[in-house]
Amino acid sequence: MENAMQAREPVIFELSRPGRTAAAQQPPPAPAHDIPERYCRQRPPALPEVSELQAVRHFTRLSQQNFSIDTRFYPLGSCTMKYNPKVCNALAMLPGFLDRHPLAPAVTGQGLLTCLFELQEMLGAVTGMAGVSLTPMAGAQGEFAGVAMIRAYHRGRGDLQRNEIIVPDAAHGTNPATATMCGMKVRELASGPDGDVDLAALDAALSPATAGIMLTNPSTLGVFERNIVEVARRVHAAGGLLYYDGANLNAILGKVRPGDMGFDVIHVNLHKTFSTPHGGGGPGAGAVGVGERLLPYLPVPVVGRDGAGYRWLDERDLPQSIGRLSGFMGNTGILLRAWVYLRILGADGLRRVAEFSTLNANYLLARLIEAGFDPACPGRRASHEFSLTLRREAREFGVTAMDFAKRLLDYGYHAPTTYFPLLVPECLLIEPTETESREELDGFVEALSAIRREAGTDPELVRGAPHTLPVRRLDDVRAARQLDLAWRPASQ
Amino acid sequence: MSEIPAELRYTKSHEWVRALPDGSLMVGITDHAQGALGDLVFVEVPEAGRQLSAGDACAVVESVKAASDIYAPLGGEVLAGNDSLATQPELVNQDPYGQGWILRLRPDADPDSALLMDAAAYGEFVAAGH
Amino acid sequence: MPYIPHTAEDVRAMLGRIGAHSTAALFDEIPPGLGVDTLPGVPPALSEMEITRLAMERASRDGRPLNFVGAGAYEHHIPAPVWALATRGEFYSAYTPYQAEASQGTLQVMYEYQSMIAALTGLDASNASLYDGASALAEACLMAVRAHRRSRSARILVPRTVNPVWRRVARAITEGQGLVLEELPWCPQSGTTATEALAAHAGEDITAVVIQQPNFFGQLEDVDALTRQARALGALVIAVANPVALALLKPPGEWGDGGADIACGEAQPLGIPLSSGGPYLGFMATRMEHVRQMPGRIAGRTVDQAGRPGYTLTLQAREQHIRRGKATSNICTNQGLLMTAATIHLSLLGPAGLTRVAEACVARSRELVAALTASAGARTVFAGPRFHEAVLGLEVPVAPVLEALAGQGIVGGWDLTGDYPELGHALLVCATETRTTADIGTYARALESLLDRARAA
Repeated sequence: MENAMQAREPVIFELSRPGRTAAAQQPPPAPAHDIPERYCRQRPPALPEVSELQAVRHFTRLSQQNFSIDTRFYPLGSCTMKYNPKVCNALAMLPGFLDRHPLAPAVTGQGLLTCLFELQEMLGAVTGMAGVSLTPMAGAQGEFAGVAMIRAYHRGRGDLQRNEIIVPDAAHGTNPATATMCGMKVRELASGPDGDVDLAALDAALSPATAGIMLTNPSTLGVFERNIVEVARRVHAAGGLLYYDGANLNAILGKVRPGDMGFDVIHVNLHKTFSTPHGGGGPGAGAVGVGERLLPYLPVPVVGRDGAGYRWLDERDLPQSIGRLSGFMGNTGILLRAWVYLRILGADGLRRVAEFSTLNANYLLARLIEAGFDPACPGRRASHEFSLTLRREAREFGVTAMDFAKRLLDYGYHAPTTYFPLLVPECLLIEPTETESREELDGFVEALSAIRREAGTDPELVRGAPHTLPVRRLDDVRAARQLDLAWRPASQ
Repeated sequence: MSEIPAELRYTKSHEWVRALPDGSLMVGITDHAQGALGDLVFVEVPEAGRQLSAGDACAVVESVKAASDIYAPLGGEVLAGNDSLATQPELVNQDPYGQGWILRLRPDADPDSALLMDAAAYGEFVAAGH
Repeated sequence: MPYIPHTAEDVRAMLGRIGAHSTAALFDEIPPGLGVDTLPGVPPALSEMEITRLAMERASRDGRPLNFVGAGAYEHHIPAPVWALATRGEFYSAYTPYQAEASQGTLQVMYEYQSMIAALTGLDASNASLYDGASALAEACLMAVRAHRRSRSARILVPRTVNPVWRRVARAITEGQGLVLEELPWCPQSGTTATEALAAHAGEDITAVVIQQPNFFGQLEDVDALTRQARALGALVIAVANPVALALLKPPGEWGDGGADIACGEAQPLGIPLSSGGPYLGFMATRMEHVRQMPGRIAGRTVDQAGRPGYTLTLQAREQHIRRGKATSNICTNQGLLMTAATIHLSLLGPAGLTRVAEACVARSRELVAALTASAGARTVFAGPRFHEAVLGLEVPVAPVLEALAGQGIVGGWDLTGDYPELGHALLVCATETRTTADIGTYARALESLLDRARAA
């Protein structure tokens, strides 16, 4: 039998034949249009001409060339690749929600608005924040909203000199990129040797120019920031605000709330913590929560209660808002999926997410240490994820973290996050999530151990991996030097 | 060991500087730097006429996995960027001190006034793990 | 325990292996006193059966009104295979294709999508999508500032005929970096931007000019003249386009002499449900000379170690995970799932199908405008060619009319009074291929009787 992972699938344009159509998908012919010729294109666009079955087979086969949560263990650190319940998708795609135009009057959307209002309330409760806006369309847009609100807050007080955002060196690259997008300067903060913020370095970084600090807790190293209360005290004393990057919220759901730690603003990645789909790289959703003093600046629209019903609050209701970030109200369909997930889990279920994701991570870490791998932060408890350093393996066998990652694919596991955080040499960042069984974790330990043995006996096998996928390692240098970004007949 | 020509001067950010007979300076990145970056896929060079201060980011070299700024070793006016790098960024990998040069500069100040290393000092700097 | 597979025996054995006496002990690094025991505000758990019933009640409460509003989101027929395929777990539950060898499916779809967007826009290179059309316009403005090698002003001229919400979004997103978005007036007869409005800026340092085609009123701008005038100012041209209209209209890459520099817009009309506002996807394409200034994910075709063709993310050194504070944008993801749906949608329609959809939109829109303006109380406001939307002037205020229509199950259009008070009682209406003659008749009769009643009152 043909193995779908092995077969090359042609580019859909190669299947195209002039005059072929998926005829059932076309509306009946219309009378000739009346648009003057000078506005019109001379030739129809060069789209593929295929039958419906050809298209269905083509995209089904392409899907089979992907690793996914539905087919494999996907321990990608900081991405929270947990099971996406099917019911969340099914209910978000109910016709009443799906066919509704965003500009239809609120009276025709009370069912939807009720769900979204409940979601706002639940996210406020989970994060310990006073208000929530659901509109940011991804984590990075949530970050943007957060920093823009910090900026608006200082400006609103006439405090115009605060133009620096402090970002730990282990932070995700979006943090400094976001600060720059908001017109802020980035000041990097070195991590201490045990992964916690170095308080002396923090003091040195704080100044009258400090607008705020962006932190992830648990940090990107996968450990809880034990000094958080003291960090918050010092930043606030210096006149700055604290921004919580929700990338690792899964680790602490129902256990500890960012608002209680002293954070002023948070973004939540619904596609991580609340299990909405990653979709091959989006859509995400990056709801933001704020404490009292940032409430006036929330991005619009926000769902508000209005007598017995609900409506969207806009610029007229929140005149100090940082404004709109999307054409309508954000990724509503994704918000509905998160609402379903939260209602199914309930308060107790959310606490279990933190407990079992932490149990799985610590179990996996313990077993990998037993198997002879080195943790990046020895002696520290894992949160819902942890980093290994393969520096020793790289030195002894000449086999890198990337080689391990690629060879894992041959064993049927998606690779962990590699080379992040940047300050851990030969880093694998591993996040198992709560939805994986003990057997799956055991299998992963066995695979990593087997690869380690192969690295000793046959390093070329590991360095040449993967061997069983549709392609071997790709020539990235050629891809960047000889850019081929769109199909042309000549590139066949 | 990477090559460190004796006649050039060097910066701590791994640029080399060659004094040309007409008083202008040629700037590139060292063999050590190109080796650390790996195969370059793109080089952005400054346009002629641009005024630079010492330490300004004035060019970018990109590999698949990294992008690094090139800093002006001295202030001055850009006389030319190496336009052949637009289509052949690999020249920096193949010939970092020759065809892989990045820009030419007319310096505002005496090059000797800048705190540049000689080849021996740069060799020690690299050997020390920088 | 929903979605958690652990048995009591698993938990015992795993804690034993860790050397912890309870799961609570795993949180011992959280400072005492900081934690919470409960989450008041989160209701108790529901079973799948219970949440299904609740969601169905709420969804059906919202009904299925007959829709005549566009204004940035458009109802089209979506072929059944589109979402049957896009929600396959292998697409739905995969992540960004960082491990290219294990993600060739997603990467090839990206490449095919980019190829189709390049074909529609007539430009060289597309990214693999942005969040939505409004944020894509904001990113296009930022990109133009990076791409223009001489302009230092960061001034961008944006006609008032561009979607007003998108203009607000562009302002909110670009303000922190000091961009100045200046409005251009429109001609009251045609509802389009006059070239003279651009010419008035001769001699100034203008970074870019935005041109939306069809514009927010549904009118067709003289894109060739505007593009030439923008070039004369030394500005880059940012085209905002509707991808369905591009089946008929001149692609941005051919506007004026030499075409637009950047094209962007909302690709929701390509197989994405209206879904109460999102998720949608923004598209963006450009010429090769500006490709390194383009934000977002980009897939490229290359070869593997064995010389076989394959796909990988490329030009990643522009992005935040490498460039950090110097990245072209903070964007991480594309709208992968929506991009997948749009690619399948375009494959099923092909050039003939998309053209026929666009022609049907034009025909239905003409039929709608004729039916609605047959009543004495409504007239068209602008002359000149249109795509599938039109501005109608009513004799009476729009809001109560729309409210009354909603009571009859009709979403009658978008009230322009707030954004364009100078238009008086103006209503933006839309019909796509999904509206039948009977639908249009229903709306026309309802409107006529409302307007008659208003006149009698």
